[in-house]
Amino acid sequence: MKRLFRHFRAGAVALALATWLPGAALASSTADHSKFESLKGPFTSAPEVTKACLACHTEASHQVMKSIHWTWDFTNPDTGKRLGKTRTMNSFCGSPLSNEPRCTSCHAGYGWTDARQPPEPVQQNVDCLVCHDRSGGYKKVATDAGHPLYEPRTMGGKTVMPPDLAKAAQSVGDPGRDNCGACHFNGGGGDAVKHGDLDSSLVKPSRKLDVHMAADGANMTCATCHTFNDHIPSGSRYDTAAKDPHGLDLPKDDHNRATCESCHGDTPHHEAKLNDHTDKVACQTCHIPEFARGGIATKTLWDWSTAGRKDADGKAIFIKDDHGHLSYSAEKGDFEYGENVRPTYHWHNGVTDQVNIGDKIDDSQILRLNTLHGDARDPDSRIWPFKEMRGKQPYDPVLKTLVVNHVYGRDDSAFWGNYDYAKSIKFGMEYAGLPWSGQIGFIETRMTWPITHMVAPKEDALKCGQCHTRGEDGRLAQLPGFYMPGRDSIAWLDILGYLALAGALGGVLLHGLARIVMNRKTRHD
Amino acid sequence: MIKRDVMIYTRYERFWHWSQAVLIFTLFFTGLGIHGTHSFLKFGQAVTIHTYAAYALMALWVFTTFWNFTTGQWRQYLFKKGIIKVIRFYAWGILVGEPHPYKKSLQRKQNALQSLAYMTFMVIIGPALWLTGIAYLFYNEWAGQSWAVDGLWFVAVAHTVAAFAMGTFVIIHIYMTTTGKTPLHYVKTMITGYDKVELSEVEEAYLAETKSVEMR
Ligand code: HEM
Repeated sequence: MKRLFRHFRAGAVALALATWLPGAALASSTADHSKFESLKGPFTSAPEVTKACLACHTEASHQVMKSIHWTWDFTNPDTGKRLGKTRTMNSFCGSPLSNEPRCTSCHAGYGWTDARQPPEPVQQNVDCLVCHDRSGGYKKVATDAGHPLYEPRTMGGKTVMPPDLAKAAQSVGDPGRDNCGACHFNGGGGDAVKHGDLDSSLVKPSRKLDVHMAADGANMTCATCHTFNDHIPSGSRYDTAAKDPHGLDLPKDDHNRATCESCHGDTPHHEAKLNDHTDKVACQTCHIPEFARGGIATKTLWDWSTAGRKDADGKAIFIKDDHGHLSYSAEKGDFEYGENVRPTYHWHNGVTDQVNIGDKIDDSQILRLNTLHGDARDPDSRIWPFKEMRGKQPYDPVLKTLVVNHVYGRDDSAFWGNYDYAKSIKFGMEYAGLPWSGQIGFIETRMTWPITHMVAPKEDALKCGQCHTRGEDGRLAQLPGFYMPGRDSIAWLDILGYLALAGALGGVLLHGLARIVMNRKTRHD
Repeated sequence: MIKRDVMIYTRYERFWHWSQAVLIFTLFFTGLGIHGTHSFLKFGQAVTIHTYAAYALMALWVFTTFWNFTTGQWRQYLFKKGIIKVIRFYAWGILVGEPHPYKKSLQRKQNALQSLAYMTFMVIIGPALWLTGIAYLFYNEWAGQSWAVDGLWFVAVAHTVAAFAMGTFVIIHIYMTTTGKTPLHYVKTMITGYDKVELSEVEEAYLAETKSVEMR
């Protein structure tokens, strides 16, 4: 009965879903921004565009200033710890501190040049266009603290033209995949570097790569799931929803569709046995069999300890591998990459401990930059897929903290250019106002990145036997703490069992043989 | 005393026996597949077949239990004296051509050892399998309990142990069917239902008159 009801619900979801999807509904805006006088320009700076937007959208900037896109500040409700880009460490770039105009190029605002302070609450410094430009021409330049180019500039030997701000202003609409991707596909300093399940292949993905966002799939955008409420996005890596007890969002909407269950519920399969898994196994575990599937490699190792090498002529060394990826960069050290990477799997209940800059660390072992909570016995935990990032990064072996590395800047301390850790870290730590012993060591780090994008079509989902197997290569071969049919058994009991079977077989064969032999004898006698 | 061909296994008994045989074979084979002993089947296929066969077997057992009680056949399984003699016969007598110490009759289709074996099957191995099997099947209904992680270990391991016992039983059982007059005699009996049974004149006359049991 319960199962029947589930089927009914699944049907209802499909119906409801059809009315949500952007392509399916006939919603068109009642305002054509290209007809507004105030957006005709000309604009000499991007904040001027914002000012024009705010003339009508009076609350927008106030809303954005409350969002993490603006504050880069987040207090983890589970642990109470204050996190955010300027505090929390990862195994990629290090800290934005002292590197601002480069790192704050992905701030949803303009001119945040000192990340030790929160961004100044200047209304027209909110960047409307980075999310809402639909002309495709607007682009924040990598080094100008969030601004686009205003003059032509020569970069990497090429002259790059500034975007047409008026055209961008008149094009505005709901954010597309390219808008979010401008920052989120480039985390870690380049396309596909950081997440593994977010890269520019998702701008126009094939159905195989992403059923939801493919044009011939559901043609969804990021915001279809990452619902925005008053400019506040839903979905968080700091505070993940490992399980969504709220389930289906219809008929009651919690305005957060950033979980699979929001649309699919927790019994989405026709087969009851598969639905039986959803309490313990995240959807992503089976439905994202591999990440970095879009043809762009993601970084799997970043070793800062080797950075700074120069050749005999004193020129910084850069080495590319057969695929054209940097395998060594004097600026950053050694890299390894992966495409079509099989995730690693962990129990996770949504609670994660992150290491902040300044936190005391234990350097007697590999440092986990984020520690996942949860295990097989925890009812809030499910098995989740992760990208495991390996790192080696500078730290203070005396005070036992990670350090701020000043990499970017036109000064004589920035690592990119001077290749001297002693100078760049001294500068970084002084800038951040953090104590530093003067010693530099390198510590091996690990970081787990939850995999949740690049959902494959159902025919590519994992098959039962990829987990339920004795094989060493079973997907969950390493996951402890619970009994899984097909993988587990008690070895000595198995041996006894096989011995009983073999003993019975041997016994009856011998007995049969004896019967044949003895019968002949008795007959002959 | 007259020997007559008498229907000792009714149509239902034969149906029950052979469908049970097929189901148990299926369950043992797919069960070992699930267990990881072999990989002739994909895991998902093995689970699906195992589940359907398990439902079928349990339904069959429900009917048969009902049948056993309504027909009074359950008495066949009661403990009989003389088991030592039967064991001695199979261990030695059969090899040297001794006659079987037990005579099949209509009221006593099974010898003492058989009754004991079938009783074990019905009250220990069978229930162990279906009890743990049902718990295994409905794992999700109790997966939320605090003891569920240990519970699953126990259920799966107990089910596996019982399955090994069942396999062992089946091997010996099949071998025992070859110990009749000819190696295939018992199998034929279970197919046709008829066996030669010694009847007293009174019995014969009664059966002929009432046709309560078919005779050839
Ligand atoms: C009587 C009814 C039975 C029921 C309800 C039942 C149910 C089940 C279930 C639910 C599983 C686990 C499948 C899964 O992973 O989802 C299983 C496994 C298994 N079954 Fe049965 N079963 C029954 C009878 C049998 C019989 C008669 C045999 C053997 C003769 C058998 C042998 C096995 C074996 C060896 C396993 C694998 C256990 C493991 O490795 O965890 N089962 N059974």
